[in-house]
Amino acid sequence: MAVCLALPAFAQDSVAPTVDNSPEAAQVLPETGLAAILGKHAEAIAKPSRRTIGPVIEEIGAAGEGAPEFLEAWADKRVGQRASDGRFFLIEKVADGYRLTDPATGADAGTAAKSDISELRPNSGVRGVIASALVASQLNDPDPARRQTALDSLARDGAAEHLEPLRASIEAESDPALRERKERLEGLLTLRFDADPAARIAAIERFSGDLGLDVRAALNPIVTTTRRAFAGSPEGNVAAVLRPGRQITAEEAYTLLVAQDLAPARLTRADLRAALQANLQDGQVGGYALEELDTPAARDAAYTALEQAGIVPAAATDDEVTALVAEHSFADIYTEPNADVTSAARRALDAIETKVGVMQAADLGLDALSLASIYFLAAIGLAITFGVMGVINMAHGEFITMGAYTGYVVQLLIPDYTVSILVALPLAFAITFAAGVTMERLVIRFLYKRPLETLLATFGISIALQQIFKNIFGTQARPLTSPAWLDGAWVLNDVVSISYIRIAIFVLALIFLGVFLFIMKRTRLGLEVRAVTQNPSMAASMGINPDRINMLTFGLGSGIAGVAGVAIGLFAKVTSELGSDYIVQSFMTVVVGGVGNIWGTLAGAGLIGTLQKGIEWLNPSNTLAAQTYMILFIIAFIQFRPRGIIALKGRAAGD
Amino acid sequence: MELKPGFLSKNPSVLVFLLVLALFTLGVTLMSEAYGSGAISTSFVKTLGKTLCLCLIAIAMDLIWGYTGILSLGHFAFFGLGGYMIGMWLMYARTRDIVLGSLTGLPPTPQEINDAVATQIFGVVGTSELPAIWSFAGSLPAQLALVVLVPGLLALIFGWLAFRSRVTGVYLSILTQAMTLALSLYLFQNESGLRGNNGLSGLQNIPGLTADQDHLSVWFLWGSAAALALGYLLAAFVTSGKFGSVMRGIRDDEARVRFLGYSVETYKLFIFTLTAVIAAIAGALYYPQAGIINPGEMAPIASIYLAVWVAIGGRGRLYGAVVGAAFVSLVSTWFTGGRAPDLNLGFYTVKWVDWWQVLLGLSFVLVTLFAPKGLAGLVDMVQGLRPPKRGGAPLGPDDGSLQEREANE
Repeated sequence: MAVCLALPAFAQDSVAPTVDNSPEAAQVLPETGLAAILGKHAEAIAKPSRRTIGPVIEEIGAAGEGAPEFLEAWADKRVGQRASDGRFFLIEKVADGYRLTDPATGADAGTAAKSDISELRPNSGVRGVIASALVASQLNDPDPARRQTALDSLARDGAAEHLEPLRASIEAESDPALRERKERLEGLLTLRFDADPAARIAAIERFSGDLGLDVRAALNPIVTTTRRAFAGSPEGNVAAVLRPGRQITAEEAYTLLVAQDLAPARLTRADLRAALQANLQDGQVGGYALEELDTPAARDAAYTALEQAGIVPAAATDDEVTALVAEHSFADIYTEPNADVTSAARRALDAIETKVGVMQAADLGLDALSLASIYFLAAIGLAITFGVMGVINMAHGEFITMGAYTGYVVQLLIPDYTVSILVALPLAFAITFAAGVTMERLVIRFLYKRPLETLLATFGISIALQQIFKNIFGTQARPLTSPAWLDGAWVLNDVVSISYIRIAIFVLALIFLGVFLFIMKRTRLGLEVRAVTQNPSMAASMGINPDRINMLTFGLGSGIAGVAGVAIGLFAKVTSELGSDYIVQSFMTVVVGGVGNIWGTLAGAGLIGTLQKGIEWLNPSNTLAAQTYMILFIIAFIQFRPRGIIALKGRAAGD
Repeated sequence: MELKPGFLSKNPSVLVFLLVLALFTLGVTLMSEAYGSGAISTSFVKTLGKTLCLCLIAIAMDLIWGYTGILSLGHFAFFGLGGYMIGMWLMYARTRDIVLGSLTGLPPTPQEINDAVATQIFGVVGTSELPAIWSFAGSLPAQLALVVLVPGLLALIFGWLAFRSRVTGVYLSILTQAMTLALSLYLFQNESGLRGNNGLSGLQNIPGLTADQDHLSVWFLWGSAAALALGYLLAAFVTSGKFGSVMRGIRDDEARVRFLGYSVETYKLFIFTLTAVIAAIAGALYYPQAGIINPGEMAPIASIYLAVWVAIGGRGRLYGAVVGAAFVSLVSTWFTGGRAPDLNLGFYTVKWVDWWQVLLGLSFVLVTLFAPKGLAGLVDMVQGLRPPKRGGAPLGPDDGSLQEREANE
């Protein structure tokens, strides 16, 4: 009864203004201060039992100042009782005892020796009650930020005991956003923990078709199954009966039996070997010569001989295994016992999965679109030089690299990313335009009659340029940073999102398409280009200078490659090999689309982008495989449409 | 192969070539560490042996490009495939020997050997199962057959698809390049069963042979020289007869040959497959000397380099291809090996390790522009041959196919 006797002294220290100093008054006056409550229920707190502690904890929870901290500490086993006066303190282990903190005031109460303090160790039931009281007090906290924190922790690891306090707090919630969140959480907790199956089913049905990750996280544990073997027919909430040889292999079935101690373990080949090895005597094992034991059958026979001699333990033979597997039945059993709940959860998950599938398809579509626009950007310059002029420019990739490095150098000089990109785009065009014109004048114009040799000559230029880039910029990747307003992604929901930089590239590709169409269809230059490509000598006799036109056309194609290089550099690593990574794909884009037609290039890029993303979706771990299969598809595609998706017909086709 | 009378007189280069090759092989042998003075180090003997293999694939390239006019950018893929096929046996057999040597106690079952070998070979890519394509890896004759069969079949199927749909010119080049890229990307995956980007290694050790590398390198040199000689003879035989005329006809005007009643596709398919097989054999001889093969070797750029060698050497003549491959690859080894002296320009020191690629690229442009005949054009100059100047307007139908200035000469 030391606790009762210590009570008056305890009450004297109380800071609660309403508590009188005399013990009699403490009994009479309404208790509101934490210290007083602790004093009153000291015995119950020191030796709590789950059934009786409820009202005490409720009272402590309502005590105001210091109460949540005390409850938290209590649940965490950080509360101790001083033997000398029976008072409770928040304790912290130090070298030779405990540092004490007064729970009501939070003031330092000195230290105490180890023997002087008995730690409170509430059992798990009591801790649960404490936790739910804690939640209740936090959920009703006047500070919305604390309510938000409480909801966050509930969303992370909510448990059955949180359900009641959460429900109770909804009515009083004033903030509409928090109220909505509370209602959602209430639903999620209900479907997991409510005692009444009907309520759970109702909650599950409420969330049918909801795309949130939290819903899937709440539903998935309900439909988890364990695989078990049964001597008779399966018991419990059966998800699926597994017949050996069909849904489950006999091997797996037997492993299951072994795991449940329904059958003896099988002898693995390694064990068999070890057992024979251990019983090797005079070059013989169980009457078999060592040299004979190089087939599984001979080893089995030797083991059986040892078994009969009683030297090694008996192991299951194949026949026994078959018989045992046949005797038992196997099934996936839901951990959740209620069949109605599991089937409702299954239905809800199916509905969600269907919807997620649709959304994923949309996301995939966006990905494919952005990949297509990247290919289109890389290939559009080629569509001009190869598609319109028929020149194979293997150095096209190096022009892309040149554009990307231009962007990098401009960023070194102009620190503002937005301005530097705006400067880099036209500058990259100018530089690669000049490079293209130079190349056309010096090399390509001599080779118009020998297209295969253009391929080789431009390849020579390509390897020379690549090595020059390496010599100037080194082999490591150089950063080309996008402006801050291109960071981040446009998030539609938990499934569909696309980064702004990809949207920018898509827009850039559209602009390029527009510019190209405008130049080709609406300007004098475009008219002359089309005339020269169709019939150079006829165009020349109409007063067009084919040399000049070829030069400009080639420069235009190269310049566009440079601009594409800046765009590609924003998301890819800028190395000297940047361009060569795209060159084969670019050529295939042009070839698949149909040479000599910008719409063909667009279609080609669309086809290749969609295809690659589609194959990646089928086998997401392996982009290499996706590229392999895509190329194989293209080779097959060329069989059926050798001239591409959009083939020129008649005289324009040139043959 | 029965030589018709006149085979050698039609191909005067064959005798010269065989003589030079024999003298070269003899010379290297006499200077090797194993059989002679030791003036040539073993590693350089290997380099020379590898160069002979490259000459062999250059002959294949010359057949398909120089004679038939198909610029295939895929022949290095066949070369690599041949290397992989022989590499599988080399690696499997050697690992099996090591495994057998390390096992004690009970004699192993075939299954145990297989498992141990698979763990050794595929531990690096995280599996311990022998993929199905390794089923024949234990048998040398089977893998030797696969050296020919796998690339041959691939070429046959690919060529049939491509030629059937009349893909020609640059389109075919791009398509073959795509095939090479697909193959190398496929082999880069660990799931392909050929150890992904680790490739196959330790191929320089021949299972069952106790000879050291000094001797092995010379033996491989002999083997490569013999293969090159046979390849040259075969190529000379193919190109010299009526078949060769059809090939050149396809190169110069495919449509006319077709209208003359020849099955152009069959000819192309035959030559494509034949050259693929030659390339594969060259690869199977090359990689045991290189010691390691990985998918990077089969990247499309390697095939383009092959075209570069043949173009620099001189297309359309067999010794041109050999000279080109030998010249470029040896010069390349010299420059990239760091042995070439730096060029001091006063303001900048040209380190050839960094600038060799640039030199190669530019010289390639120059050769394409100014010397379409390549190095072999020098031989013509020595012999006083030069092409007629085909300038001016074409003459009328009565005067044949000569051009104006040509007729005046």
